[in-house]
Amino acid sequence: MKDESFFPIQQIVNGEGKLVEKSFEGSLTDELVKVMYEKMLRARLFDRKGVNLQRQGRIGTYVPFEGQEAAQIGSASALEEGDWMFPTYRDHGATMTYGQSLSRIFLYWKGRYEGGVPPEGKHIFPPAVPIASQLLHATGAAWAEKKKGSDRAAIVYFGDGATSEGDFHEGMNFASVFDVPVVFFNQNNGFAISVPMSRQMKSKTIAQKALAYDMESVRVDGNDVFAVYFETKKALERARQGNGPTLIEAVTWRYGAHTTSDDPSKYRDNDKENEVRREKADPLLRVERYMKANGIADDGWFNNLEKALAEEIEKAVSDMESYPNVDVNDLFDHVFEHPTWTIEQQKQTYLAAKGGKDE
Amino acid sequence: MTTTVKTKKLSLVQAVTDGLRTMLAEHEDVVLLGQDIGKNGGVFRATEGLFEQFGEDRVIDTPLAESGMIGTSIGLAMNGFRPVVEMQFFGFIYPGFNQLVTHATRIRARTLGRYHVPMVIRAPYGAGVRAPEIHSDSMEALFTHVPGLKVVVPSNPYDAKGLLIAAIEDPDPVLFLEPMKVYRAGRAEVPETKYTVEIGKAEKLSEGEDVTVLAWGAMVPTMKKAAKNAEKALGISCDVIDVRTLYPLDKETISESVQKTGRVVIVHEAHETGGVSGEIASLINDTSFLYLRSPIARVTGFDTPVPVFSLENDYLPNEQKIERAIEKVVRF
Ligand SMILES: Cc1ncc(C[n+]2csc(CCOP(=O)(O)OP(=O)(O)O)c2C)c(N)n1
Repeated sequence: MKDESFFPIQQIVNGEGKLVEKSFEGSLTDELVKVMYEKMLRARLFDRKGVNLQRQGRIGTYVPFEGQEAAQIGSASALEEGDWMFPTYRDHGATMTYGQSLSRIFLYWKGRYEGGVPPEGKHIFPPAVPIASQLLHATGAAWAEKKKGSDRAAIVYFGDGATSEGDFHEGMNFASVFDVPVVFFNQNNGFAISVPMSRQMKSKTIAQKALAYDMESVRVDGNDVFAVYFETKKALERARQGNGPTLIEAVTWRYGAHTTSDDPSKYRDNDKENEVRREKADPLLRVERYMKANGIADDGWFNNLEKALAEEIEKAVSDMESYPNVDVNDLFDHVFEHPTWTIEQQKQTYLAAKGGKDE
Repeated sequence: MTTTVKTKKLSLVQAVTDGLRTMLAEHEDVVLLGQDIGKNGGVFRATEGLFEQFGEDRVIDTPLAESGMIGTSIGLAMNGFRPVVEMQFFGFIYPGFNQLVTHATRIRARTLGRYHVPMVIRAPYGAGVRAPEIHSDSMEALFTHVPGLKVVVPSNPYDAKGLLIAAIEDPDPVLFLEPMKVYRAGRAEVPETKYTVEIGKAEKLSEGEDVTVLAWGAMVPTMKKAAKNAEKALGISCDVIDVRTLYPLDKETISESVQKTGRVVIVHEAHETGGVSGEIASLINDTSFLYLRSPIARVTGFDTPVPVFSLENDYLPNEQKIERAIEKVVRF
């Protein structure tokens, strides 16, 4: 039996904003620190906006991730042009960091197919909804890169609950058997809806599950954006060099509900737990503390940044809300390359009854 | 000017191998995945010799995991490859059903065409070969109901090669069901070179006036014999159709025939309730209702699990059952 000490949590900057891994002193350039903070704040403000828009009925159900910014931004920042990203429904922080537009992410939650379409040239897959299914797609896409002889890699996101599914194990097994350049990025936020980690698995860590596949794995402080960034970079590098897949367990915490239609007070003492976590482990606060203590930025910088990001997000909301009306042809025209006669017939009948093309 | 097409005599399963070999040779991006398909050549020898010819990077023995095979093929397919996945038996596709239904068939729609999944799943299927439990399922109807998936069933060597090549060239996912019972039931002349049989087209096997009889897969030879018997013994002449593609159905061939004969018998070995025969009956209702001279009859397996083999002859439609149905719709 393994305990947590078998996979110690990697950390570079702790909750108080102190550098605890001195060997990274030179790597934490002011530029890197500022960029990471900026991306995390962008994600946090976006996320809060998402919850608000849902409350106001301007989008449908929304899936929040506040608290998980370091895990998502740190890992996504490690990707390079041409790599592949396979997110879940919760990983907007990761997708926006890798180039998905904010208005499209809002469109996804407005129930628009456009929300699943990445910008031209960006390999970002639409959010996977069936739990753990996307691990296999990432493995397949990365396997294709290996077969083509490129040095591109794939990263795939999933939660703690996902590690109970067969596809988690099949994905890990295929990736290790075929030495595929993929990084399995787990965000362990302690809960799968209401079910705590202790009920999900008997193993003490998720990282240890890689042992069964003879795969590299590491456990990181998922609220430490630098630890996540450098560990993910290392894993991607290993993948690019043909040294196989890695499992990363980022231990983190989500402050809010599972989705906007969930009530977490039924299964956890949300307010108290969140208060402690916000003070002791928050991914943004620790970087802010680090920046202030090291004279990297002053209050003015933070204020200006927040203002600029708020404007960007408002712009995304108005882009989303002024997006052209949904085109009913999209319902029919993308099932096959050429619609079958049944689909064509159903489309014509429907459009005729509707009195023409789009309303 | 006459062109002579070089042919060779192949069984259905050999024609499948020939189709796979043709496509592996022609397209670098075609890869085969499956259990025991490498050195072993597949439990039915459908990939025999291909591992030796094309190597382990093209003919890939995977771990024993159907979801893994279909799921990784989705990733391969939308990143530039054309995977052809072999299910060892159709009855073992259920662990991979989720990947097929929730991803392979929807990615085009979910990305408005940015990504698509040109993959083929091949699966030996059907009863009558005295196989153990679960090996003999014919659950084709589960798959014709899935939007975004084409379902193809050859019944002879020529169609097997031509349809398989068409399926591999298709830009969308295709389920390719291979009737085990006729895998080696006989040989036929098959062109040595590449050719396709169009997906979505049924084939008229013989012309008749009194009744349209339809079937697919291993039921085709049984249907043909029953139709001949009906002709000889009862003087009933049958329009005999091999449906070949179950989604999308060939509306023209089916309706044209029914509008000529006014009577229909649909044969399939799958369970009756919810079977594809219901869909064909509905198509006929839409296109040819006023031509019908008697109710449409179905000859099918029962709504029971496909049984262990001591009972499979009771389960399966046979010539007598089909002949009786033909007589019944004509004498109505
Ligand atoms: C196959 C499947 N089963 C059930 C669900 C319903 N569901 C959605 S999210 C979720 C919990 C997932 O927990 P976890 O993997 O830890 O990810 P988290 O949501 O915490 O990020 C469940 C059960 C689903 N989406 N897919």
